[in-house]
Amino acid sequence: MIARRQKSKRRQQLEALILAPLNWLDERDPKLLGGVRYFLFRKVPRETNWFHTLGSATLTAFLVQLVTGVILAMYYKPSANEAYDSIQKITNELTLGWLVRGMHRWGASVFIILLFLHMGRVFLFGAYKYPRELNWLVGVIILTLALFEGLTGYLLPWDQTAYWATVVAININANAPILGPFLGDFLRGGTEIGENTLSIFYSFHMLVIPGGLIGLILLHLYLVVRLGVTPPPWSPAAAGYEEEDGRPARVGLLEPRPRGNGALGRPPRERTGA
Amino acid sequence: MADDLEPERHGVEPQHPSPTIWPFAFAGGIALLLVGIVVSWPVAIIGAGIAVIFGFLWIREATREVRALPPPPEPEPSVSELALEEDEPSEPERVSRSRFLEGATLGLGAVIGGIVTLPALGFMVLPAFVGQEYEPVDIGPLENFPENSYVTATFVYKKGEGRLGRRTAFIRNNGLVNEVPSMTIISSRCVHMGCPTQPQGPPGGEPTEIKTSSGSVSLQPVQASGFGCPCHGGAYDAEGNRTAGPPVRALDRYEYSIRNGNLILGTPYSVGEVDGEGGKARIKAYRLADPGQHVDGIEQVFYPYVP
Repeated sequence: MIARRQKSKRRQQLEALILAPLNWLDERDPKLLGGVRYFLFRKVPRETNWFHTLGSATLTAFLVQLVTGVILAMYYKPSANEAYDSIQKITNELTLGWLVRGMHRWGASVFIILLFLHMGRVFLFGAYKYPRELNWLVGVIILTLALFEGLTGYLLPWDQTAYWATVVAININANAPILGPFLGDFLRGGTEIGENTLSIFYSFHMLVIPGGLIGLILLHLYLVVRLGVTPPPWSPAAAGYEEEDGRPARVGLLEPRPRGNGALGRPPRERTGA
Repeated sequence: MADDLEPERHGVEPQHPSPTIWPFAFAGGIALLLVGIVVSWPVAIIGAGIAVIFGFLWIREATREVRALPPPPEPEPSVSELALEEDEPSEPERVSRSRFLEGATLGLGAVIGGIVTLPALGFMVLPAFVGQEYEPVDIGPLENFPENSYVTATFVYKKGEGRLGRRTAFIRNNGLVNEVPSMTIISSRCVHMGCPTQPQGPPGGEPTEIKTSSGSVSLQPVQASGFGCPCHGGAYDAEGNRTAGPPVRALDRYEYSIRNGNLILGTPYSVGEVDGEGGKARIKAYRLADPGQHVDGIEQVFYPYVP
């Protein structure tokens, strides 16, 4: 920490108190905090605007779903005879249960809406173009998994809406050519919807799909940091990168030079020609 | 490449014993011995014998130079020599020790991963396909079903699942055909997307609840001119043929039998089309398919395999 001007003793003590554990970590592995520091203080284009926050907003919505979902799982009972009653108990009896369930239920819609808004921003800003196509593809898988989260979560209240919506949803899947009938039987856990269906959907909803989502979101973020934030189309810097001194990068659309320095490893090999 | 990593080995006589396969057999003998201690004594003795024999061979091999025996007539080239000669195109089959270990590690890892993963995957998928037979359901005495009139019967299809295990069928007694009772038993499951169809018409009597060997059965006589689905507007006539809406075939039916005067529902089956009415109807029957799947016509090529 650079002391720009004289600090009061109290402030110095406070800083030492906060920095002591961080320094301890830094001494063990400089890359640990270096990575965090790099993530937080990395260079972004000058023209970033509020539309660029949609991705972070989506991430926040996902984290809300993650936390509220974990808490709901403590009180929810995924069995055919208890599921409906346990949801009623969460909503009507347990303290603040209505709030957490409401956050999870409405947050699901917020998550999906933000995903689409974020996708629209990426599309309209041309941020899916070279070299960021891979991140677009990862994002598409994230979107698909998020929709599957919605589908599997819809069954869990185990009321009439949930039951018949799932009957229809599974039969739509079962109508896919060739492998559809097998997919339908797998999702149902048999030829007819039963209690196995509920636990299969529960397992997918809280274990399989969130696990995949977390991994893909980390990959998504890594690629964002690695390849840099795309400036908006009206930016003079085009889709390139600014040099560290703030000048526009020498490379343009045809020859972007991804800038990854320090904590996240070497930048990729220079590309020549176009 | 081993020769990149160990350039200082050039021209140096290797001090370690030359490679041998005896330790593998020795380890196998030890493993057999340990298994045998648990399983049976003869196996343990065989294992101990193998371990002793190959242990002896291993020791003899390893101490050959110490005992200053003359080298075998064709000494096997040692590992470092192999690595040095690797770049020579005349001997392409030679595999360096590190390469062999790399392959062995990957291969063993794949085998172990497969041994762990395959049963788990099988357990994840197979229960949905194995043992999915339909148990016969006792619907009660035949006298409850007046001739040429539908009765909506709701019965326990699967025990232990509460209301979830209940299904509904529309049952009509067609009277005697060739001196055998003829029944039309139509499943309420809409063949568009699986919602419950409802009979179109007023109730034809008071609902009754009877007990049979398959649990409780509710019966509701109804004057049905056809069946309709509330979800997406599928409509069927009194024989289950589609008359309007999105369904792709006629309503499914149940096989039936009559035992001791009681109506027994058997396996459900899918129906392409029904010609005629009542006991004279000709039913184009197919194996039970999920709702929405074509069982006849050109579209059936989409569903060649039905589990």
